[in-house]
Amino acid sequence: MKSLYRIMAIVKKEIRQLRRDRLTFGMIVGLPVIQMLMFGYAINTDVRNLRTAVSDQSGTHLSQQFVAELRQTQVVDIIEFVESVDNLETLLRRGKISIGVVIPHDFDRRVSDRSRAAVQLLVDGTDPTMLGVANQLRTMPIGFDSAHSTSELSQIFEVRPFYNPERRTPVNIIPGLMGVILTMTMILFTAVAIVRERERGNLELLINTPLSSTELMVGKVIPYIVIGMLQLVLILAVGRLLFDVPVLGSIIDLFLAATTFVAANLALGLLISTAATTQFQAMQMMVFVLLPSILLSGFMFPFDGMPTFAQYIGEVLPNTHFIRLTRGIMLRDAALAELLPDLLYLIGFTLVAMFMAAMRFSKRLD
Amino acid sequence: MRSEFAIKAHGLSKQFGQLRAVSSLDLMVPRGEIYGFLGPNGSGKSTTIRMLCGLLTPTEGTATVLDTDVPGSSKELKPRIGYMTQRFSLFGDLTVFENLQFIAEIYSYPVAGRSSRIDELLERYDLAEMRKQLAGTMSGGERQRLALACAVLHHPELLLLDEPTSAVDPQSRRDFWENLFRLAGGGTTILVSTHYMDEAERCHRLAILDHGVKVADGTPQELQNRTGMHIIEVIADDPYAAQSAIHELEAVASVTQLGTRLRVLIPDSQDRPGELVESALAASNIKATTRLTTATLEDVFVAVTMQPRRSA
Repeated sequence: MKSLYRIMAIVKKEIRQLRRDRLTFGMIVGLPVIQMLMFGYAINTDVRNLRTAVSDQSGTHLSQQFVAELRQTQVVDIIEFVESVDNLETLLRRGKISIGVVIPHDFDRRVSDRSRAAVQLLVDGTDPTMLGVANQLRTMPIGFDSAHSTSELSQIFEVRPFYNPERRTPVNIIPGLMGVILTMTMILFTAVAIVRERERGNLELLINTPLSSTELMVGKVIPYIVIGMLQLVLILAVGRLLFDVPVLGSIIDLFLAATTFVAANLALGLLISTAATTQFQAMQMMVFVLLPSILLSGFMFPFDGMPTFAQYIGEVLPNTHFIRLTRGIMLRDAALAELLPDLLYLIGFTLVAMFMAAMRFSKRLD
Repeated sequence: MRSEFAIKAHGLSKQFGQLRAVSSLDLMVPRGEIYGFLGPNGSGKSTTIRMLCGLLTPTEGTATVLDTDVPGSSKELKPRIGYMTQRFSLFGDLTVFENLQFIAEIYSYPVAGRSSRIDELLERYDLAEMRKQLAGTMSGGERQRLALACAVLHHPELLLLDEPTSAVDPQSRRDFWENLFRLAGGGTTILVSTHYMDEAERCHRLAILDHGVKVADGTPQELQNRTGMHIIEVIADDPYAAQSAIHELEAVASVTQLGTRLRVLIPDSQDRPGELVESALAASNIKATTRLTTATLEDVFVAVTMQPRRSA
């Protein structure tokens, strides 16, 4: 009972200090919103309006119709028509265009003949996403002139995108971004929490009181769990309003998953805090967690495509498991019960990190 | 069983790597007294206080604080002691009132009496007008009063003060000592470390520490009576020349200049110290008057922390 009161005393103190710390307070709101806007608008693998030049050597009715279809996809923005392939290559080299379209003089015959490609695409390969776009154009349904039965040709592959039919990038990005933002803010806040008190001398006072290390740790974590939840609401609201990101599954499941994730990060932050002797050191250690959380968690690159070694690192990171949970709940309408292993991992991670932090944080100075 | 001593330590030592910060310290602090630790920086004062409240584990030796073994059961001890750190350790971004409230909550001070206790402390330590001021914006003396108020809030039996007055002005120091005497009068045992002579003089009893070793202890009066030295005051027109002349004498243990006066320490074993000094001054043609005087605490400190001249 006394223990509970002491924890509440720490919670109250933390909240009071937070309220007076405008910078931190600003970060709680500012960081998620700014990151959402940055990532949401800037990271767009769904490329449109690429500068394109066309060399139509055929000049038939059919080829003109093809160019018109190409324009309609909005993937390309045809800025120039040129004579020869050489002209296209020059434009590519100079960086004037990203894609060159070559329509050969026997285009009509090639369209009806399956054995040869009808159109050649010259792609600027320095940007890997361009190659993806080229593939996208390859599957472009060419629905003109049924007499030539070209629709058959272009429908060899049919892609049915599940869960994100419009293939909008923000829909994929935001559930992952949620994890990155929470990792960043939660670890940042707690990593400096203990170190700051050590630097300011407060710790020498605290360890001379009846307060136990566990009480101190728990008391420090509770306010930030609430803050984490506020950030989550903020992210979901911005996602919904600006990027139209859906939450298909249960919102309660999502909050449960987020609570365990926030707790895992806070515990990790505390662990960092007990290992660092200055706030600057704590920051440096945080970067070691943050970078892999962005790069190896499946947020940036597909998890299955990473080398095995990187996958092992990824599996350790809470963010990897959280991204699986959020993508499942928000985009695939999965129930939390179906994603149990990831949830259990986060709970286990929290307990182990908390235990280690409390062990490391001794009430003695030597 | 309640011992008449608040602190009993025997052979207490602390080793930090190569450095022996405290060496075989024996300590007996009677209840209800103000006990001083006098010593220069690095003499082991803070280390000893930290060992006594269980913050540091002694390398050797034992200590019993308020009839409890430390560091063994320091957990039960925490609510019974108050500790004031050398550096201001309260929360600068909380107000005076909030700091006191936090301390009251941490020590589980009974809710019923809490606000009246805080009001009482605000009044007693002259903080009532600053109750809504952030602790970080207060002056050195104000911070110190707040720190003391926080340290005594839970009515500790023993108060450990680690150089509490190192950052405050003389007037604040006087007021601070008034408060300490009032607390001691109320039965609180106080252990205070300092490097100010005038503060050491105010203690009921004190120990002088030097390089981790206790070189003397007793009441200030006892210490002044048994320096083992004759103290001779010399007033000279040219104190610097006088000092050089007196330094030549083998028997002289120490010469300290205070303005135009010199304080000369000569061991007891010397029969006629006054004549010795006078003849030395006469030999160098220095006009001066000399007189035998009683030891101050400063003389005691110089006498006990002095390196033997021969080995220097």
